[in-house]
Amino acid sequence: MELHKGSLDTKEIFSRWLDEESSSNYGAYIPFVGTIRAEDGIEALSFDIYEPILEKWFIAWQERAKERGAIVKMAHSLGDVPIHTSSYVSAVFSPKRRVALELIDEFVEDFKANAPIWKYDVIDGKRVYAQDRSTAMDGAGLLS
Amino acid sequence: MVKVEFLGPIDKAPIEIEAKSLREVSQKLKEDLSLVDWLDKCAVAHNDTMVNSLDIALQDGDRISILPPVCGG
Repeated sequence: MELHKGSLDTKEIFSRWLDEESSSNYGAYIPFVGTIRAEDGIEALSFDIYEPILEKWFIAWQERAKERGAIVKMAHSLGDVPIHTSSYVSAVFSPKRRVALELIDEFVEDFKANAPIWKYDVIDGKRVYAQDRSTAMDGAGLLS
Repeated sequence: MVKVEFLGPIDKAPIEIEAKSLREVSQKLKEDLSLVDWLDKCAVAHNDTMVNSLDIALQDGDRISILPPVCGG
């Protein structure tokens, strides 16, 4: 897992990941790219991340992937990311395509629901929490 | 004392409170009017492990993190 300040250099990351696994004998490599869309007048999105729990979440996913003979990788941005650039990339490598296709779906969906990352719209230079697009994590409401 | 930290968009500095269990933390935080709109949406971590029960005994120096709704990507 890697965190980068600002936009991700997606081509460099995917190229490097491909090189890292070039002799690992995986038959399938499925990348996912999340790109910031221009909508509602935003100039960028901005992200806060709580790294200790993100790290644990990712380690648990590495273990789940390993049980199926696969590996997962991901990179995410910290801070401001302008529109039309990328803030999130992930990938699954597996011996055969079916596991990779299933895992990328599960991994990206669980990422959206349970990775401790907070998103803000940047409008006129100000950060506004994207509350209406955010998801309460598993176990939410425990203290209420 | 246990430290309670409020992550992401919750605009609140960390606090230290006396609590022997997560249930006591809950009782104290529910008295804080600035958290009224947050607690029902927030998940909880104890020393950076996500938890699902109030029946967790706390030690001096433990950290509780309050995690509001997320949206990575």
